[in-house]
Amino acid sequence: MSVTTLPSPALAQRQQSWLVRLFDYRPFLIVMCLAPAIGLLAVFLTYPLGLGIWLAFTDTTIGRRGIFVGLENFQYLLTDPLWWGAVFYSIFYTAVATFGKFALGFWLALLLNNHFPFKSLLRAIVLLPWIVPTVLSALAFWWIYDPQFSIISYLLVDVLHWRTTNIDFLGTPWPARFSLIAANIWRGIPFVAISLLAGLQTISPSLYEAAMLDGASAWQRFRYITFPMMMPILAIVMTFSIIFTFTDFQLVYAITRGGPVNSTHLLATLAFQRGIAGGELGEGAAIAVSMIPFLVFATLFSYFGLARRKWQQGEAND
Amino acid sequence: MRNDITRRDAIGLGLSVAAFAATGAAAQTPSNIKAADVAAPSLPIEKGASLRMLRPVRFVQPDEDVFRSNAKRFTDKTGIEVKVDFVGWEDINQQTAVTANSGAGPDIIIGFSDAPHIYVDKLIELSDVAEYLGKRYGGWLFLAEKYGKRAKSNNWIGLPFGATGGPLVYRKSIIQAAGFDKVPDDHAGFLDLCQKLQKAGKPAGFALGNAVGDGNGFASWMLWSFGGSLLDVDGNLTINSKETVEALKYVKQLYPMFIAGTTSWNDVSNNRAYSSEEISLTANGISLYFSLKNDTATAKIAEDTEHQFLPKGVAKSSPMGGLTLNAMVFKHSPYPNAAKAFLQFMMEKEQYDPWLIANSGYWAQPLANYAESAVWSGDPKLRIFKDTMSNRYWDGYQGPISTATGAIRADYVLVQMFASVATDAATPEQAAAEAERRAKRYFRR
Repeated sequence: MSVTTLPSPALAQRQQSWLVRLFDYRPFLIVMCLAPAIGLLAVFLTYPLGLGIWLAFTDTTIGRRGIFVGLENFQYLLTDPLWWGAVFYSIFYTAVATFGKFALGFWLALLLNNHFPFKSLLRAIVLLPWIVPTVLSALAFWWIYDPQFSIISYLLVDVLHWRTTNIDFLGTPWPARFSLIAANIWRGIPFVAISLLAGLQTISPSLYEAAMLDGASAWQRFRYITFPMMMPILAIVMTFSIIFTFTDFQLVYAITRGGPVNSTHLLATLAFQRGIAGGELGEGAAIAVSMIPFLVFATLFSYFGLARRKWQQGEAND
Repeated sequence: MRNDITRRDAIGLGLSVAAFAATGAAAQTPSNIKAADVAAPSLPIEKGASLRMLRPVRFVQPDEDVFRSNAKRFTDKTGIEVKVDFVGWEDINQQTAVTANSGAGPDIIIGFSDAPHIYVDKLIELSDVAEYLGKRYGGWLFLAEKYGKRAKSNNWIGLPFGATGGPLVYRKSIIQAAGFDKVPDDHAGFLDLCQKLQKAGKPAGFALGNAVGDGNGFASWMLWSFGGSLLDVDGNLTINSKETVEALKYVKQLYPMFIAGTTSWNDVSNNRAYSSEEISLTANGISLYFSLKNDTATAKIAEDTEHQFLPKGVAKSSPMGGLTLNAMVFKHSPYPNAAKAFLQFMMEKEQYDPWLIANSGYWAQPLANYAESAVWSGDPKLRIFKDTMSNRYWDGYQGPISTATGAIRADYVLVQMFASVATDAATPEQAAAEAERRAKRYFRR
């Protein structure tokens, strides 16, 4: 190795230019700028997700380190009627609640898109169910559905005398399931309505004017202008809505804890019940991991089923 | 011995704190607790020792005040700093798990019932302290021995501090109007009473929903009162038995007599229904009575309220367990002797009796001689709680206490077994088999 001696000012200049050049080097800059974000993602997203997936393949319990057991947890779940029950209810809950949220949310968005006094104030009020912490609204619904102290039962029995007994909202499986769905719809409508309202406002009024000149009815304007123009935003909002609904936890756990007799367990509440309350962390993680295929499928479905229209990419719609 | 804990100083201070702090029924007269003269174990305290401990939060404020002042007296006496943290009931299990797994954190944790049995490998034995206290205070009561000792051994791994049970709570006037002077102790009589209460429009109500305390209390009582059990003495599953099926058939008859909706009840539901006079009979801890008594709006209900042991059915004694405060000392503690000396100090009568009085009955003593405590000479309606730790039933009866017995309780396996039959979701035979299937999973290792 040869040693070159240089005058000191030249050395300083060269060192400086070495640093400057390093920071001008694009790949290095990219790495430097991305590092904090990647670090955060790795620590707070990738690590917990990876750990969760790893735990699903072990028999870890609270209080005891587990060993790798391969697919044992999943094999057990396939034979576990409670898991199948949770799969059924998760899908049912998501499907019915999403349908309800979109039907009512779209309707609300169309109403809010009109001109009326105090428009902004009303639009803000509509958001309230979404702003209130879920646990609070869940507690409110828990009281509304209480077998003894329900306000609905009180109105029907003591005020209107339409019934002689209280309604047993949560004591039997099907009423409990639909009660939870109703609570979820109530909570989800604002998100759908406000998102779709934003979409509605991007549709150019000239399209409606042109359609009206051509003699299109209100229904035809909705069917052939509003609906197709809303497709992309519908797809996005539906994807989010499905994910939120399918992974719902607080509402169910606060109101029924999966009861009566496990008929309202969602996969998320069952995972918590087994993993944390029951202490079987491995099995709980496996239940949580078992949600991933459903979520991927739902996401792909709403993306490819709703969003990819040829006309959106500048081709003819056939 | 320098580090031996003398117990004769500061009695005055302790009692004045107790008299000041005690609520409700607690008497002002000092308790007369007998204590045998037994040599305390030699616990040479480590140099520079200091302790950190966790315990569940209080029921009533005086609990915390007296506990802290007792700890402070230990510090004054020995120079050992003790830092006590009070943790929410929901969190104490998780914090214990983290402490045990990481081998760091508090030296002492007062957890619940089964915790020392779960973390037995991480704990030091407390046999010397436990045996000393047992000899000094007339012996440990049944549940204390059960939860304190490692299964099938005489080695103490936990030091029970007290327990709370859930006996029957009922309205005297309504039971009498139905033609009973107290709740019958046999199955047929109990069913008859519930039928009559239902006809009178003030039915019974027992939680069949996912209620950790009340739901499990009811399910275990039903199972045990028919001679059924989750495990045999060797820890083999015996839940799928003809006794279980009998119990399930009985609950199927009993459930329609309850107020509607008990399958969705959680731990507070029966308190609310009883306080609003919707039901006349339920099972609950002492807290229900206190909340009625301390509120002028419901004081009348409290006056009409009586407690009674859970009906025996075919069992020899009342089939009731008790949630137990169970102290443990971790191996990772650098000051095991200081920790043991602290626990011993807290259980001595100068400290323990004021604490018991401060709790006004929420916690019942694990040592026989504390039955003389002034706390039990106040309100006669509380006396039933005095013998909570003499009960001969525990979670996982009749088997050894383990992680799995706690998990089965937390996962409502027994509660849901009964609820599924009550609501016609399963036949008794199917429900018993399903409970066995779920239990097997927890007991697989």
